[in-house]
Amino acid sequence: MRQFESQRLKLRRRFGGDGLRALFLTPSAVLLIALLGVPMAIVFAYTFLTRGTYGGVTSAWTLENWQRLADPLYAGILFKSFAVAAVSTLFCLALGFPLALFISRAGRRKGLYLHLVILPFWTSFLVRTYAWMFLLRDTGLINTVLLKLGLISQPLPLLYNYGAVLLGLVYTYLPFMVLPVYATLERMDRSLLEAAADLGARPLQVLWRVVLPLSRPGLRAGAILVFIPCLGAFLIPDLLGGGKTILVGTLVQNQFTTARDWPFGSALSMALMGVVLLLMLPLARKDGPGGGDLL
Amino acid sequence: MRSAQIEPSTRRPDSRWLATYAVLVYLFLHLPLAILMIFSVNASRFTVWEGFSLRWYAEAFRDQELMESTLNSLIVAVSATAFATLAGTLCAYALWKRASRWMTAGLALSLVTPEIVTGISLLAFFQWIFRYFDFRLGLHTVVLAHVMFSVVFVVTVVLARLRTMDSSLEEAAMDLGATDWQAFRRVTLPLLAPGIGAAALLAFTISFDDYVITSMVAGVDSQTLPMARRGANPVVNAISTLIVALIGTLILVSERLREK
Repeated sequence: MRQFESQRLKLRRRFGGDGLRALFLTPSAVLLIALLGVPMAIVFAYTFLTRGTYGGVTSAWTLENWQRLADPLYAGILFKSFAVAAVSTLFCLALGFPLALFISRAGRRKGLYLHLVILPFWTSFLVRTYAWMFLLRDTGLINTVLLKLGLISQPLPLLYNYGAVLLGLVYTYLPFMVLPVYATLERMDRSLLEAAADLGARPLQVLWRVVLPLSRPGLRAGAILVFIPCLGAFLIPDLLGGGKTILVGTLVQNQFTTARDWPFGSALSMALMGVVLLLMLPLARKDGPGGGDLL
Repeated sequence: MRSAQIEPSTRRPDSRWLATYAVLVYLFLHLPLAILMIFSVNASRFTVWEGFSLRWYAEAFRDQELMESTLNSLIVAVSATAFATLAGTLCAYALWKRASRWMTAGLALSLVTPEIVTGISLLAFFQWIFRYFDFRLGLHTVVLAHVMFSVVFVVTVVLARLRTMDSSLEEAAMDLGATDWQAFRRVTLPLLAPGIGAAALLAFTISFDDYVITSMVAGVDSQTLPMARRGANPVVNAISTLIVALIGTLILVSERLREK
């Protein structure tokens, strides 16, 4: 009887609940199709069209926009954007992993420490970026203090270079690294660490040989969550890099605003999207069905 | 087992280094904001300190444009959070019941699409719709965009919470005669409430802070707070300080409540 009952339940879970399940999936599916799928299809179609005089497109088909991407100038910008995003991700790993480890060991204060990571997010990231400009510029706080102390005679060029762009990106996206890494550390089976310690591993060895490998899913998710927005960033490079550091995000934005060349902007963003997907696909495979680390 | 309980004090001679490192990272995260707050009560507009003054706060409240965009930001964030939390929670529950390759792929796509690409796609999409319908850019387009990009965050947080839950509870409820809707409504949903709260908080944060996508799909009369001012400005410092102080207090209070 019991066995029959559980069998019946299994069947019901499998089929009976599907009406409700389909209903529950509908709102999100509609949102994603209407506001992500369709818009992206339109942008893809735009890559084959010609620019209109006042923005928008006219319906003359062409491959010119894709051919322009081969220009070393644009390829170079794409490559530079990658380098910047990769270095920012590495810095976020170096800063984020120890912080996540610290929080996961904080006991009762975990929640508080975690919220302290998110708190800066409550101001507009523009305001935070302005705060950095306020610190770094020639007449900014750091240079003013150093000049007053007589440590330097000329203001240091802290703003409007790649260093400042990296700083801004790492600062902005660090929480995206800390949160998923913290989540995996929390899920980690403590008895494994104790077993390693019992077997004579020193704390650093436990960290390197046990904790780090086990946190890989979180590190991977964090790396994705940092790398992607860094790759497409346009405001931070714009403000902290001053026009000197053109990255692909700025280029795309320019095509849609000042340059009014929507088809070329579309081609650029589809190229960016293509590279992102190429990078993400192996990771998605690794995660197995269900998306693993990210979802 | 006994040794494991005694161990924590002796196990980690590295914990002091870790704590020092963490303090430094926290400094990095909070220093710019702290300085921004300090200079929001500076009498001078410039980097020099000229004494304490609340004039920028007074000016912030007199500033019609700033107040309007703060209000817009709140309207957008609250409505986007409500819709995204509803859609995302339902979606997470459905995915928990049984995974869906397509849904997961769609959500993953929305997560990995760089903001600028989402922004220009939505702009192109809305412009295309305007050809056929009398429909303009405004707060509603901003809300639609925000709901779309926040859903994946809600799903992620709620799904993570669901995965820590025991699915046999629902089975027990259904065994006792509950329909699947009742099992969801009366058993799972109450248990899920903290997760949904966390998800809503995250959605609100992301929506409130968004500039890139918003700047693409906002109409001329629907500025939000991130778009309001371009440039380091003591009035913006003042209003940011107020927001951080308010939210910070809320977080501290909720933590205190939870610790008890």
